[in-house]
Amino acid sequence: MKIVVSATGDKKESMLDRRFGRCVYFHIYDSEKDEYTVINNDGASEGGGAGIAAAGRIIDENVDIVITGKLGPNAYELLKKEGVKAYSCETVPVCKAIEFYQNNQLSEMKGAGRAHHKMR
Amino acid sequence: MNIAILSGKGGTGKTTVATNLTMTLGVGYVDCDVEEPNGFIFLAPSIRKKDEVFAEYPIIDKNKCTLCGSCAKACQFHALAKAGKQIVVFEKLCHDCGACKIVCRADALAYTIRSVGKLEEGTVKGISCYRGILKVSEPMAVPVIKKLLKSLPKGDFFIDCPPGTSCNVVSTLRYADAAILVTEPSEFGLHDLKMAVELVKLYKVPYGIIINKDDNKENLVKVFCKNESISLLGTIPYSMEAAALYSKGIMLYENDRYKKIFKSIGNRIKEAFKWKLLC
Repeated sequence: MKIVVSATGDKKESMLDRRFGRCVYFHIYDSEKDEYTVINNDGASEGGGAGIAAAGRIIDENVDIVITGKLGPNAYELLKKEGVKAYSCETVPVCKAIEFYQNNQLSEMKGAGRAHHKMR
Repeated sequence: MNIAILSGKGGTGKTTVATNLTMTLGVGYVDCDVEEPNGFIFLAPSIRKKDEVFAEYPIIDKNKCTLCGSCAKACQFHALAKAGKQIVVFEKLCHDCGACKIVCRADALAYTIRSVGKLEEGTVKGISCYRGILKVSEPMAVPVIKKLLKSLPKGDFFIDCPPGTSCNVVSTLRYADAAILVTEPSEFGLHDLKMAVELVKLYKVPYGIIINKDDNKENLVKVFCKNESISLLGTIPYSMEAAALYSKGIMLYENDRYKKIFKSIGNRIKEAFKWKLLC
């Protein structure tokens, strides 16, 4: 199973970024292979549609689970259509967020937050 | 001659200056601040013509689409994305560039239209007034601004710009023969004025500055004008009287003191831009 976490830094101890589309890094953990990779979120600097770009990138990586703060309506729609499950988490170190998920301590997102939720 | 009135910072008095100069000089008025067009509140023209503005966006023929994802990759605005067994269209992000249709090898793309706003045309005391109104929830103002300015007849107009220095202002300035930058004597006003000056310079049109809410002192904007050799077209004094009139929707032009001020600014503009009114 592939789990992706939005993050502010590229270390395992880096904090989870509650923004999805505009986070700087995505940490991808493959629980079957026990592989850990970090990719840049190139869409973060886009003028618009950052959430869509980020969701597209995550879909290309064949991820099963997303852990972030909130998802905007566009990113939520895409991930739902692709069958990717999204979980909401507070600002904690990325490794902690993955641990929380594995211990069933996170709740699945049942809907999208507002567009540009960090701007308001 | 089209004279654009912009500011950088919002709330400095673009509409106040544009509407009052319109009445002072008896020229036309165009409200391009289509996200919040408020000039008609003051001018109150009787509307005699309305028109609708449409924007194009792609639709996908699911029977022809091979889900190759080329269209999503080609779209620079993320209006298209591949998810699951479909291409999802985010129509409000579409800039109508046509790239998706060009790259689609399956000929699965066509364009359709939706209404994004409207145009209104009216008159008050023989003065022609135009405005664009963007539909609530539509994020892109440019299609409305473009159609509004393209439909404008030849003549003399003050064009009330949107605030800031974004594409909305850029699209408006394309139709300007001269520009007036309205600012206020505050750090924030000056900061955004500098960006607006940089933008106007690109168009190689004559321009000048009007200070609204002026404190009658040698303030930071006056120092800036001197240092940069930019002509100061006039100042509008800060007063309780002006604020009271404005709050009731009464034009400053109705007040004798302000009428004189706008008359002298009008004369100064005509001189500075070598402007001979057509009518």
